[in-house]
Order: sequence, then structure tokens, then C-alpha cells
Amino acid sequence: MAQSAEHVLDHFELFRGPEYQQMLANKKKMFENPRDPAEVERIREWAKTPEYREKNFAREALTVNPAKACQPLGAVFASVGFEATLPFVHGSQGCVAYYRSHLSRHFKEPSSCVSSSMTEDAAVFGGLNNMIDGLANSYNMYKPKMIAVSTTCMAEVIGDDLNAFIKTSKEKGSVPADFDVPFAHTPAFVGSHVTGYDNALKGILEHFWDGKAGTAAKLERAPNNKINLIGGFDGYTVGNIREIKRIFELMGIHYTILADNSDVFDTPTDGEFRMYDGGTTLEDAANAVHAKATISMQQWCTEKTLPFIADHGQEVVAFNYPVGVSATDEFLMALSRISGKDIPEELARERGRLVDAMADSSAHVHGKKFAIYGDPDLCYGLAAFLLELGAEPIHVLSTNGNKAWEEKMQALFGSSPFGQNCHAYPGRDLWHMRSLLFTEPVDFLIGNTYGKYLERDTGTPLIRIGFPIFDRHHHHRSPVWGYQGGMNVLVKILDKIFDEIDKKTNIAGKTDYSFDIIR
Amino acid sequence: MSLATTQSIAEIKARNKELIQEVLRVYPEKTAKRRAKHLNVHEAGKSDCGVKSNLKSIPGVMTIRGCAYAGSKGVVWGPIKDMIHISHGPVGCGQYSWGSRRNYYVGTTGIDSFVTLQFTSDFQEKDIVFGGDKKLVKIIDEIQELFPLNNGITIQSECPIGLIGDDIEAVSRAKSKEYGGKTIVPVRCEGFRGVSQSLGHHIANDAVRDWVFDKVTPESKPTFEPTPYDVAIIGDYNIGGDAWSSRILLEEMGLRVIAQWSGDGSLAELEATPKAKLNVLHCYRSMNYISRHMEEKFGIPWCEYNFFGPSKIVESLRKIAGYFDDKIKEGAERVIAKYQPLVDAVIAKYRPRLEGKSVMLFVGGLRPRHVIGAYEDLGMEVVGTGYEFGHNDDYQRTAQHYVKDGTLIYDDVTGYEFERFVEKIQPDLVGSGIKEKYVFQKMGVPFRQMHSWDYSGPYHGYDGFAIFARDMDMAINSPIWKKTKAPWKEVPKPNLLAAE
Repeated sequence: MAQSAEHVLDHFELFRGPEYQQMLANKKKMFENPRDPAEVERIREWAKTPEYREKNFAREALTVNPAKACQPLGAVFASVGFEATLPFVHGSQGCVAYYRSHLSRHFKEPSSCVSSSMTEDAAVFGGLNNMIDGLANSYNMYKPKMIAVSTTCMAEVIGDDLNAFIKTSKEKGSVPADFDVPFAHTPAFVGSHVTGYDNALKGILEHFWDGKAGTAAKLERAPNNKINLIGGFDGYTVGNIREIKRIFELMGIHYTILADNSDVFDTPTDGEFRMYDGGTTLEDAANAVHAKATISMQQWCTEKTLPFIADHGQEVVAFNYPVGVSATDEFLMALSRISGKDIPEELARERGRLVDAMADSSAHVHGKKFAIYGDPDLCYGLAAFLLELGAEPIHVLSTNGNKAWEEKMQALFGSSPFGQNCHAYPGRDLWHMRSLLFTEPVDFLIGNTYGKYLERDTGTPLIRIGFPIFDRHHHHRSPVWGYQGGMNVLVKILDKIFDEIDKKTNIAGKTDYSFDIIR
Repeated sequence: MSLATTQSIAEIKARNKELIQEVLRVYPEKTAKRRAKHLNVHEAGKSDCGVKSNLKSIPGVMTIRGCAYAGSKGVVWGPIKDMIHISHGPVGCGQYSWGSRRNYYVGTTGIDSFVTLQFTSDFQEKDIVFGGDKKLVKIIDEIQELFPLNNGITIQSECPIGLIGDDIEAVSRAKSKEYGGKTIVPVRCEGFRGVSQSLGHHIANDAVRDWVFDKVTPESKPTFEPTPYDVAIIGDYNIGGDAWSSRILLEEMGLRVIAQWSGDGSLAELEATPKAKLNVLHCYRSMNYISRHMEEKFGIPWCEYNFFGPSKIVESLRKIAGYFDDKIKEGAERVIAKYQPLVDAVIAKYRPRLEGKSVMLFVGGLRPRHVIGAYEDLGMEVVGTGYEFGHNDDYQRTAQHYVKDGTLIYDDVTGYEFERFVEKIQPDLVGSGIKEKYVFQKMGVPFRQMHSWDYSGPYHGYDGFAIFARDMDMAINSPIWKKTKAPWKEVPKPNLLAAE
């Protein structure tokens, strides 16, 4: 018996002991009808080959380890960015349990959201009664200022009509007639979580700007000098939005962050649970129609929202998750151009510091090969930054990236001497990435927590940037946008590079050389 | 120390009853009437907890429950390691349940074991419109080509499958035939079926019965020589290694564990289980169905046990041994004696730090009752408990064997109710899930996730009890809870004032 009260052994130590190892070996031999170890080894090696890669890339139906989630997750993420807003997902209840868990595991924060809990009878008769009861209950229990409705695939397959259902619910008195209940259809079988973000945000803006589903007058745009900013679905929303606000304030720009969930996903532990915190006020959401321009930090999170805004007479500008020097330059210059405000010296100095840091460290990054996967905009932003560092983003894969994304990525690669051997892989999954890493190895992999399986199987060191990050804590609190954010990304990459050199040179008596204290 | 310990049972009951009335006031009338049936104060001597259960959750209240797919893919089938489980439908369900349950296993992932892979048919609009059967056929072919060492396939239906009229049974039969009788199991666990995860467990159990057991001919010989001491562990999902720290005890007492359901389990183990002499059942809720079936069809008795905390472990080891001869009975005593010094040391170290602390639970499966003994072994008291998806038989077991007079009972608790209850009762610890964890920690209440063991575990068996005790101590006695109030905002608690 290895366990002791004095030194309690955790699972990662306990089961390594001889008693358990013997027990597990016996279990396997006697009862699991195991495969011949030689055969396992043969297949393991085969799965690393170009031949396997070819079969793997010939897949037409099966998806293995995708790097995307479904629409309603994005809808919930966007909805909680509005003041005291309760996301209400119409359909099966298990979905909501999943979104809440998923968001909580990433942010280490509560995630409040309700379901209309549809079951078999609703599948037959439709979910109108679930909507009527659900809105009434949510309104009474959680006292929201707004309930933002989206849908699970169940409600979409049976064709529930949100507009009509909400209207009927109001007639039945579930919520007051003038209570804000924007909605968006967010079928899980179309697009991904970034699509859901887009649909939900558009639904909310449409509600406020275009007459609240026929119950109020459409807003008449009276242009002012404000700038709206949309962050998009972003695992770093807490750090990033706060950095963006700091930049706006430094520049003296009047702004509205739309879907500002930076506070609700970062509430203090001080004895009070804040179900709602911060967020874009409903007044600001409505008045955002008057802004001079709207900036989206993620083009593929706002494919419908931006044209909708443009149709209301505003200038719209989209970025692709700007990370690093040039992308931040472009962002700031766009802000300056639109607002007419100068970029303050303080930001110029921050820029200089980032360039300084990149110059100091570039020898360690230059020429290194990377693989990146994640949401389309994140991939673009990170790849662009790597090119600035003289690194090569050899494989860039986005399960929810499309043809247009691929073209844009290839254009980026074409614009840099370091991009010549780089390829974009739209619609592919992490099992494809596994083949890429085996057949065309790179030095480092950038991705979310699930990348740790790739790191284990292929030996490619993982730098965790993306969503979700479940197995490392608190990185979402630091920005990756702005020069300051670029610095954070640079440090994250460098730390991994140095750690890997140390790991390869730390065997005493064998590699005492190269184990340097100065780098 | 919580308020509870300073009050008499009568006072506690009165407070809890008032608390129930208070939370009901927030609801619209119809909802209040429905929720009232799920809330109660336990009366000692009653045969159940006096609450309704296994009924539909009410829309919009923030239920903590999941769905049938979660019960089948997430709980019952997902841990079977040498089979590939296809999340059949849109991408989300498989994504959110990917690797999050910590069902530990040994194997070469991606080659002969597949638990922490996410296989999905990633339904697109055209699959909804034209049906997904053809895609499923192709998926199975692609699996066979790319993952040739898989020992079987299950099809875990997501909501749309049942709504668009796909015939996954026909596809399974045809493909099984094509691949030489390969085990391919269609599971009708669409998320809208039933009221919670619970129906998913049942459907998954039935799928084992119909698509695994019925393929095994009764006269077929297991690959091993049977012994009189063959048992199967049923309803242990090996979270953080729970089934392993349980198995080791059964083996040490002289039994032979021929199958684990389903943590670190394999198809061969499922198929061999009808040869067991006894099924030992940990999670009654999720696997009583298949245990009853094996009793009826194969005459295998089953026996519920509880490996949380030494008191229940001792009771359970003796109970299990009672089905066997003296050799095993002596073996049980030997095991109990062997681990007694560990138990004594753990209790000596942690009980003084935990004595009198109160706990509120809200969990799924067997845990709302099964862990109570472990807390009591540490001198702690469970003052409130409830089941996410329990049935009346769970509440009967709870009332008859576990909870104390005056315990607050809340079935399918809503977010609102749970917050109010905790706020008023002020327990020293809350044990629930990831969705609840940060809510209560923000309130300054120590918390442990009691589904995933908060990324710790195992909690089963003697080895697990040491970890359990350490974890509860570190949650409750973490110095951080003294720092939740800024010193300049510190307000003396009214009840402490009154005591001076």
C-alpha cells in the first residue's frame, strides 16, 4: 500500500505504483482481449506515414477532433455581453448545460443561461408553451433587463418561429410588452460558434435599431462621433476588451463596445455572486446606430452583422484578430483616421517597446516553423505576427474556416518571404493536423487545450493560445491585442522555445553543454 | 462553523420549511406549485424524502440537468475504450463532452483506444434535409479504414436524428454484416428524450442488452477459465481512477474482477459479464437496468455497495463477501485490517480540522447519498442534498440509509433556489458541479466539484478516501476564504455580534 495520510498520493502518482501497475497489466491480459502489441505498434507507425495522411485527407464524412463548436455557444457568449442580459436558448436543455460548462471551464467563472427545456411533446407540438412558461419564469426569477433568445438544433429542425413565439408570449403576459426580447435563429448544423455570435449580435442590434420586432419605431440615425467596437468570439475577451478600452481612452475617442462581456467573465470573489456584471448598456446598444463607424476585430465573427450595420449608414471596418506590430498599427491608424484623433505618444512608445522586444529575441524565433489551428480570424492574426517575427506558419488549419478564408490566408503567405512554404487548411480537423505534424514536422504548435493530444502523439511542443483553454489558468485575463498584447504573445512563444531548449539539454553527464544560463 | 450546529432539530426544520416557502415566492403561481413538490424537509422515519422526482424540468428556471445523450455518450458508453463512439448529429454535443469526464483508461489513444477522441458526423444543413444515413454509412467505412483496431462502434444520436426519421438501426445491421458481424450499436439517446440524463442511461443499458448481449450466444465460452469468485464492477466510471482503487480491494479480498462497467472497460468485458457470479453495483441510478436484466436472464445476483469513506467501505466489503464462502469473508476482514492504519491516520490528521463542518450537496447519480458516509467519517454533517436526475427509489435509499432528520431536500434544484438555500444555511462546504462551482466561490463559500472530483480523485476505496479527506480539508481550510472581504469593508457578522 503506497497511500499515506502524511503524503497523500494523487492519481498521477498513485497508479504508477507497482500494485496498480500489476493489477492493470493483469486486467488487460486476462479480460480486455487486447490486440497484439506488435500490431498496435505497426498501426501506430502506419498512422504517421504519408500513405495514412493521404487516406486521412480523403475523408468525406467523418470528423475527428474538430476545432469548432456549435452556433448557440457563440450566441450565449455574445448575449451575456449586454447589461443584465439572460441568454435563453430555446430547445433541449442538455445543450445549455453544455454551453455553461464549456464557458465556465475556460474562464473559471459562472456562466448563467437558461433553457426552454423542450422534450418529446414539444418535438411533436412545437415549443410555444415552453417559450411562454420559460420567459415568465426567467423574468420573475432572475430579474434580467433583457432576455436574448437563441435556438438549439432541435427547435430549428421542428421549425419553431421565434418571432411569433415571443410575440405570443408577450400577449400571454410572460414578460411586459415593452420588455426587450431580441432573438436569433442559431441552428447548430450551420456554421459554428462564430456564426452564432454573429447571428445573436445582429439579432440584438436589429431589435434595438429596427423597431423591436414591429413594436416600436425604427431608430432614425443621427450621426455622432462615437466608434463602435465588436470583439467577436474571443477566449481572451477579458484582457482584450480592457486593453481596447485603455487604447480608446488614451486616444480620447468616444466609444461603445458592443457585446462587452469582459466584466461578466471576470467578477471578483468578495462574497457576492454577480449573475450580471458590466456589459453594453441597452441604451448604448440602441444608440450605437448613431455612431460614425463600427470596427470588428474579427471579420468571420461579423459576416452578417457588419453589412447590417453598413446598411444603416455607418462606415464598417473589419480586422482579422490583430496581433503584433503591423496589425496593431493598422488598427490604430484606422481609429485615428475615423476619429480624427492623433495616436498619442504613449502608444508610440508601447509600439517601440514591442519592436524592441522582438529585436532582442528575434534570433530565437526567426526561421522556426509553426503549425496553428483555431478560429479563422485568430489563425490569421497569429500567422501574421509569426511572419513579422521571421517565423514560418507552415500549417494553418481552421475547422470553421471557408474558401474565402483560405484565399485570404494564402494571400498573406504570398505577401511575405517567410510565407512561401505555408498552407491554409479550411474545414479540416485535428486528426488531419496530426497527419500534417507527422509528415511535415514543425517546431511548435499553437492551439487550444485539445492540442495537448497532438503534442503527446507527435512530440510537437504546444503553445496554448485559443479557445478553449481548460488546463491552464488565467491567461484569458491578459490581452493579446494591442502592442501590450503582442508582447504577451511574444513572451508566451519565447518561454516555450527556451523551455524546449532546456528540456533537450538538461541530462547531466550527457548534455552539460548548451544548457546555457544566458540566452 | 455553520449556524446549523447551534440550532435544535426543531429550529432547523422550521427554518428549512420557511426557506422553501421563501424561494417559492419568486415563481409565477403555476411554477411555484410545481416546484413545491420537489422541495422538502426530511422527517426521520419516513420511507422516502417526500419529494417528487424524475419529472420534466420547468422551462426558464436554470435547471442543472443535462440530456439523454449526455447520459448515454457521456456516462455509459463513452468510457468503453476500444470502441469508437460517434456523436451523430451537429458538432456541439460531442465537442462539449470531449474528454471532460475524466474516465481514466489505459491504452494507446487513437490506435487501440478512443475515449479522448471526438468522433462526430458534424451534420450540415443538407444532412438535416436529406437525412444522414448515407453519411453514417460512409463514416463507418472511414472509421474502419483509418482506425482498423477499433473493436466496435456505437452511434450516439443527437436531437436531430430522431426528428428527421433516420434509420440508424438499419445502417448498423447492414454495416455489421458487411464487416463480418462487427459490433455496431445504434443508440437512440436524442437529447429531447425524457427529462434528464437518466433516460439516456436507461436507453444505453438497453442498447447493451439488445446489441451486445443478444449477439453473444449463451453457450459461448469466455476467453478465460471461470472461477467461483468472478465478479463484475457495474456503474463505476473510473473518474480519476475510482474503479481502479475499488478493483484493487475486491481483488485483495480474493475476488476476480472480470469486467468494469464502464470506466476503463472494453467490449470483451461487456460480453463476458454474463459469466459473472455476482454483479457489484456502485451507481445504481445509471446501471440498475442492466443489472436487473442480467439477474432475470442469466440468474446473476447483484449487490449495491458504497466505496466512499471507511464506514461504508467496511459495510460494503462484508456485504459483498456475504455472497461468497469463508475464504472471501476472511479476505474481506484481511483487507479491512490491512487498511485500518491508513484510515486511522487519515482520520487523526483531518477529522480535527473538519469536525462539525456542514456540507450541502447537489449532484447526480449515486453521490447525493453515497458520499454522506465519507463526510460523516470526517466528523462532518450533510445538511442539504438533492439529485439532479434521481428517481423515487433513490430518494427511498437516501431516506432509509443516509440523511438525518431535518435535512433540506431539493430535487432538480434551480440556480435560484440553490443560491438562496446556501446563502441562508451558510454551509462550510458546497459539493456540486462545474456550473455551480464559481457561483458559490464568489459568495465566499468553499466548494468541491463532486462530478469530476475537481480534477482530483480517485475518491473511491481506501486510497481514494485519503485524497477525499485531503481535498475537503484544503477546500474548507484554505486561507483564501478569510480574504474575500477587503479589510476596510469588513462588517462583523450579526450572529457573531449577538453571541458576544
